[in-house]
Amino acid sequence: MTVSDTRLPEAPGSPPDPPASPGWQEAARRWLRSTSTGSSTVSVLMTAVLLVVLFGAGSIRYENFGYPQVALNLLVDNAYLIVLAVGMTFVILTGGIDLSSGAVVALGTVMAASLLQAGWPAPLVIVAVLATGSLLGWLMGLAIHGLQLQPFIVTLAGMFLARGICFAISGPSIPIQDDLFTAVAINVVELPGGTFLSYGAVLALVVVAVAAYVLHRTRFGRTVYAIGGSESSAALMGLAVGRTKVGVYVISGFCSALGGLLFSVYILSGWSLHGIGLELDAIAAVVIGGTLLVGGRGLVVGSLLGVLVLGTIKALIDFDGGLNSWWTKITIGVLLLVFVVLQRLTARRAGSAS
Amino acid sequence: MTDRSAAAPGRPVDGLLARARRSPVLWAVAALAVLLLFNLVANPGFFSLRIQDGHLFGNLVNVVKNVAPVLLIAVGMTLVIATRGIDLSVGAVLAISGSVAFTVVEGAADPTSGGTAALAIGLAVAAGLVLGAWNGFLVSVVGIQPIIATLVLMTAGRGIAMLVTDGNIVTAENPVFDWLGGGFVLGLPVQVVITALVLLAVGLFTRRTALGVLIEAVGVNPAAARLAGVRARSITFTVYVFVALVAAVAGLMVTANVSAADANRAGLFIELDAILAVVIGGTSLAGGRYSLTGTVVGALILQTLTTTVLTMGLPDEYIRLFKAVVIIMVFLLQAPRVRAALRRRRGPAATAGGAAGTPADAGPVPPDPVRPSVPEPAAGTGSVPGRPAEQGVLR
Repeated sequence: MTVSDTRLPEAPGSPPDPPASPGWQEAARRWLRSTSTGSSTVSVLMTAVLLVVLFGAGSIRYENFGYPQVALNLLVDNAYLIVLAVGMTFVILTGGIDLSSGAVVALGTVMAASLLQAGWPAPLVIVAVLATGSLLGWLMGLAIHGLQLQPFIVTLAGMFLARGICFAISGPSIPIQDDLFTAVAINVVELPGGTFLSYGAVLALVVVAVAAYVLHRTRFGRTVYAIGGSESSAALMGLAVGRTKVGVYVISGFCSALGGLLFSVYILSGWSLHGIGLELDAIAAVVIGGTLLVGGRGLVVGSLLGVLVLGTIKALIDFDGGLNSWWTKITIGVLLLVFVVLQRLTARRAGSAS
Repeated sequence: MTDRSAAAPGRPVDGLLARARRSPVLWAVAALAVLLLFNLVANPGFFSLRIQDGHLFGNLVNVVKNVAPVLLIAVGMTLVIATRGIDLSVGAVLAISGSVAFTVVEGAADPTSGGTAALAIGLAVAAGLVLGAWNGFLVSVVGIQPIIATLVLMTAGRGIAMLVTDGNIVTAENPVFDWLGGGFVLGLPVQVVITALVLLAVGLFTRRTALGVLIEAVGVNPAAARLAGVRARSITFTVYVFVALVAAVAGLMVTANVSAADANRAGLFIELDAILAVVIGGTSLAGGRYSLTGTVVGALILQTLTTTVLTMGLPDEYIRLFKAVVIIMVFLLQAPRVRAALRRRRGPAATAGGAAGTPADAGPVPPDPVRPSVPEPAAGTGSVPGRPAEQGVLR
């Protein structure tokens, strides 16, 4: 586990315009080489190919699989997971991990449901949930950076705390009957061709876009990559390591709370046992999306594709009907394994090349 | 050097106190003592023991019995963490082991015979060994980070357990399993005896032979350990096989307790409890140092906490919150920075003599006047392996 790479990302997100490109192939090659996202782009392309292959196989095998709405439903059914994976991407890019996100999702649903039941207006509830998630993330970030504790153990404690608060608020499941929440749940955005997206899915896509902007076009985003590349180098360069490290956990907490809101809209109930193991799905999606677990390399679009791959597997197993749901877990495990081994092999090759 | 000799007169007391303050196990013991003291005041019935039909009964016995599976796994986890690893898949291995055992018993021609039980236990343990070998292979041969390598089996493992039980909760009756679940040996519950024996064996093997030192060497620096002639790869592999083996045995215990194998629920979150027990006991997640005693105390803290909440008549919903708060407090107390701050607050007098407080930081071994010529920085770096550097290693 010796962290041997001291490479620094060369200002991700500033793709230099190739002057007078001789041909598109050369331009593409130069672009891939010149941006630090180059190798990430390749792994994201691999994930995209996997997604297309899986979806194509489904369309051939099952007659109703090929409809556009099935593809859109991947976004609709996994909106909360997309948001969660975006937050997780930030954390993993700095070389950390956030095990609390599934529990914060549960906390979000329980808080939303109980506050609505207590008669709070919906906008206030939304603000309260998001603020709680961010606060929890901020505290964990402070513990990780300020007290130099390991992210793994701090977020584990955060997970226990969040689930504990859930149980203390309410053990049994609480239904949500608020007008705004049900309206968001029922209404959809009509798209051409008789297809639709839920508001949650649209919001998830917006989150992905904002995250991509932040990661590639802001100083904060560049610092995230720099910390993942080498934290000490980033500190020596005078980057705001502390603020950024705390910041990614705030973002992850915020995204988890937002994921909790989306989840509560999706199933219209709050329950302290919602989202068990969701953090693992999020981590799996990020890994399948090509983000390196040691940090410093990866794209948020990859995480979106990773979630869609997981969603496609679930959809395939649902469509088959003959397969039981536990095959989902096994398939995701195998897929995770394949991608982790691939990561390892590429890292080894890169290590021996340098 | 003069500073040290100046501090010498007060050293016997001061040194002992300072050592005690630095010992993470002590914090855990103190926490357990506070918990027990609280129980002594809040529910006096907590400590009552009685002997009925030659068997011990009482709250304390319940604590020790309920802690058995977690502690068993935590012992294995301690060794894994000492090599700078972690195993998230123990809960899944536990579920698979229980599922295999009870599926065998249920499907056997004669479910109540001893032979069936032996076959079931043998297959369950074999399954554990195979799964452990798989984890060990991924970590030691392929070289994947332990968190991720075991995450694979954690994700897929429950699916495999469901596959074994065909998605049902398998119930079965067998005298051997009944004995394992509720029997007694010498007045003590069987599970406690098994756990104690494993603990004793591991303690002897790692502390009476060089194995413990070798494990710590791998944890401090695998590459250096290998260059020094330690078979780092085999040791890493072995600890993963061992933790899966004890997880399989714990799986037999858990399923025997309720006479049912539940692929979904059995051992859910037990990996977290086991890891917490290890960490509360003062074993650093950065590897290189471990304390089996600490792990025992850590596991007892977790279980006492649960039993306390239950005996006080609080709804068990609060257990998780209680656990979380206690765990966070223990973590904070163990954080190097907090402890450094505590040391500083104890008064500059204690450290004023040493430049930048180096003597006080010199780790569990008190500064030795026999080697007074060692320059300050070397003494600082050589004392506690990787104290300042240990953060952020576990990525």
